[in-house]
Amino acid sequence: MGKEERDPHTGYLTTGHEWNGIIELNTPVPRIIYFFLGAAFLFSLVYWVLMPTWPIGTTYTKGLLGSDQRAYVDNTIKQAALERADWTAQIEKESYADIQKNPALMNVVRETGRTLFGDNCAACHGRDAHGAKGFPNLTTQSWLWGGTPEAIAETIRVGINSAHPETRSSQMLAFGKDGMLPSADIDKVVAFVRSLSNPAAKDLPADKVAAGKMLFATNCASCHGEDAKGNPEVGAPNLTDPYWIYGGDAQSIETTVWGGRQGHMPTWESRLSTLDRKILALYLVDLRKPNP
Amino acid sequence: MIAQLTKNERQVALLILLALAVVGIAMAAGGRHDPFGAHGALVLLAAIVGSFAVISGYYAPEPPESRLDSYYDDPSKAGIILAMIWAVIAMFVGDWVAWLLVNPNLTFDAGWASFGRLRPVHTSGVIFGFGGNALIATSYYVMQRTSRARMPDQLTPWFVLLGYNLFCVIAATGYLMGVTQSKEYAEPEWYADIWLVIVWVAYFVLYLRTLARRKEPHIYVANWYYLAFILVVAMLHIVNNLAVPISWGSAKSYSLFSGVQDAMTEWWYGHNAVAFFLTSGFLGMLYYYMPKRAGRPIYSYRMSIISFWGITFFYMWAGSHHLHYTALPQWVQSLGMTFSVMLLIPSWVSAGNALMTLNGAWHKVRDDAVLRFMMVAAVFYGLTTFEGSFMAIRPVNSLSHYTDWTVGHVHAGALGWVAMITFGAIYASVPWLWKREAMYSARLVEAHFWLAVGGTVIYVFAMWNSGIIQGLMWRTYNESGTLAYSFVDSLVAMHPYYIARAVGGLFFLLGAVIGLYNIWMTIRTAPQAAPETAADRPVLAGGAVLQAGE
Repeated sequence: MGKEERDPHTGYLTTGHEWNGIIELNTPVPRIIYFFLGAAFLFSLVYWVLMPTWPIGTTYTKGLLGSDQRAYVDNTIKQAALERADWTAQIEKESYADIQKNPALMNVVRETGRTLFGDNCAACHGRDAHGAKGFPNLTTQSWLWGGTPEAIAETIRVGINSAHPETRSSQMLAFGKDGMLPSADIDKVVAFVRSLSNPAAKDLPADKVAAGKMLFATNCASCHGEDAKGNPEVGAPNLTDPYWIYGGDAQSIETTVWGGRQGHMPTWESRLSTLDRKILALYLVDLRKPNP
Repeated sequence: MIAQLTKNERQVALLILLALAVVGIAMAAGGRHDPFGAHGALVLLAAIVGSFAVISGYYAPEPPESRLDSYYDDPSKAGIILAMIWAVIAMFVGDWVAWLLVNPNLTFDAGWASFGRLRPVHTSGVIFGFGGNALIATSYYVMQRTSRARMPDQLTPWFVLLGYNLFCVIAATGYLMGVTQSKEYAEPEWYADIWLVIVWVAYFVLYLRTLARRKEPHIYVANWYYLAFILVVAMLHIVNNLAVPISWGSAKSYSLFSGVQDAMTEWWYGHNAVAFFLTSGFLGMLYYYMPKRAGRPIYSYRMSIISFWGITFFYMWAGSHHLHYTALPQWVQSLGMTFSVMLLIPSWVSAGNALMTLNGAWHKVRDDAVLRFMMVAAVFYGLTTFEGSFMAIRPVNSLSHYTDWTVGHVHAGALGWVAMITFGAIYASVPWLWKREAMYSARLVEAHFWLAVGGTVIYVFAMWNSGIIQGLMWRTYNESGTLAYSFVDSLVAMHPYYIARAVGGLFFLLGAVIGLYNIWMTIRTAPQAAPETAADRPVLAGGAVLQAGE
């Protein structure tokens, strides 16, 4: 130890130390490293002079460029709002019908509505708005609370069974669980309800359907209507169309009649602007399939 | 293991275990209706198992004085096996959560199987379980040999190693029960943190005591790095985890800091955990195992000094680059960014010094997969530090932040650098520690190497692509001046990359499983009766003396 030797491969001297067989060369630091260290420091120095950097007591060096990230964000947002102002003002001001007649505005609605829907609604209703079990399909003509753009915008604003004071409220009673109908009667009602949307079903005896019809008139018609076509005033679904939120097979309908249902949609009044809600309502009407 | 402890050490071990049992009972009683109680039971169980072990070996004859004639390596052996077990478990969980991102429904409707609980099991498992155990095991090995001194006693290394693993188990089981303080890489709650402080201080003191007994006049570079790792991690851990528990019977606590101060403290911790846990510690590993395996001198002692102090000084300032464009005052961001840029130079000096050390040994790199692990590690270290400095630049960060690019960057470092150098060091150590001629199968090491490299490359490229696409989608505007894509659109675009990432991760996991098998088979083969040379032994007291002036 302590003897400096020349490494035959690199030609550099060792430091003369040895640890468990490990030795080190005393190779000088290549000049390029000092150059890059200097360059990195110089870059930092310039940045420090130009930008807010060093704390001094209760304040800090503001930098020659006067950069302020908060002011920058505020300005950028204002600027962006200004650039959108031509169409935002129009959509805010004009009636739904007028906007629907304006192809340029409807293009904006399609572009912007798609991302608004994706970021706010798709989690429940699906990216394509086709819904899922428990969450209605929004591409059909069948709307619980009315399918006009005004009605949709109102539903988005107050929600359904939500925390909003003006919320839309509805409840399908638990006819079986709460003892309003015996199981045998529920069976009959279910048969009748199934026959409405699926008249071709073969497993529905005519007498059972007829008995179910009587029970329907006394128990269900007050909400769903004599013709079972529903009532958007109380959010009662149309039972004659092929669209079902909780499933239209015998088992699902029986579960619904027995245990009741109470869906929930949040209120968006405090989360989306009036403009955004208007765009969403128009977007959904536009998305709707033309078939029944 | 117990037979190696002196009578006195056995008594101290029993006292420690008794104290641990009392704490466990108190926790279990105080936290009956809380995961805290479950952890009390776990601590009690650990104390009981430990006590049984000590008592069953209590009357074994004391270890002979001749033990002082050799290094104390059994804790290193245990640490390496523990590291490999943690690697397999934690990488398995990592690949699991990777598939969970491909198909988010894979949670069986169970709380413990949700992404938020499994992810920290993966991150803590690989960083602390795999990385931490490997660091402890190799640091014991390296500090003794480069100091030519045996560790001062037999109990402390076991206390540190087993105590540390108790911390890891408390952390991982806690996450599954929903126990977290919601600070990334510092998720364990207050009681686990206090325990780690005790263990870590013991580790620090053990390292200093061994160094103080050294028979070498100079302290080798690897020891600077290991020591920086131990010292700074203690400091980071204590400050970032200052918190007030809501009661003595609850796992929940609240941080001493609030709002942006809390965020800054967390990322001062978080980035320096990258610096001093995942960089310094593993550079210590590299500085010992690479020259040793290559049979070459360190290229430049002077470059070692520059990079050591450069890394140590610059890293401390860099944490705020994790909070660009947030509520954090802009001047703090500027400082973080500029110091991150300057940090690149000493980082590359380290990587360069490592690669230049291989000059004259490249034929060994070609033939020896173990050395190749270390070479690839140095290359990935260079790549990752360049990428890190680049991503710390504010405008770059505005694209990369919150995207998978960050995830790719972290894994370039964690898989390419940390895991590769660790596998290299472990493959080098196992035959040395267990006195075998070589690993059981060189072909399996080779297979592990290619699985690891392939997995890393697939992973990192998938995340670069997905991250940049994600970042661009989030900032693309349509002609109306509103965002062109919803968040869900970007998720749909990520799907193929998430599959690729999970496949890359699977490769890496397979490599680790092969590694564990290979190590196990190496241990099971018959020992080679090679005579120890003087270099394998510590210098006994009165042997060599420090030279004057050194």
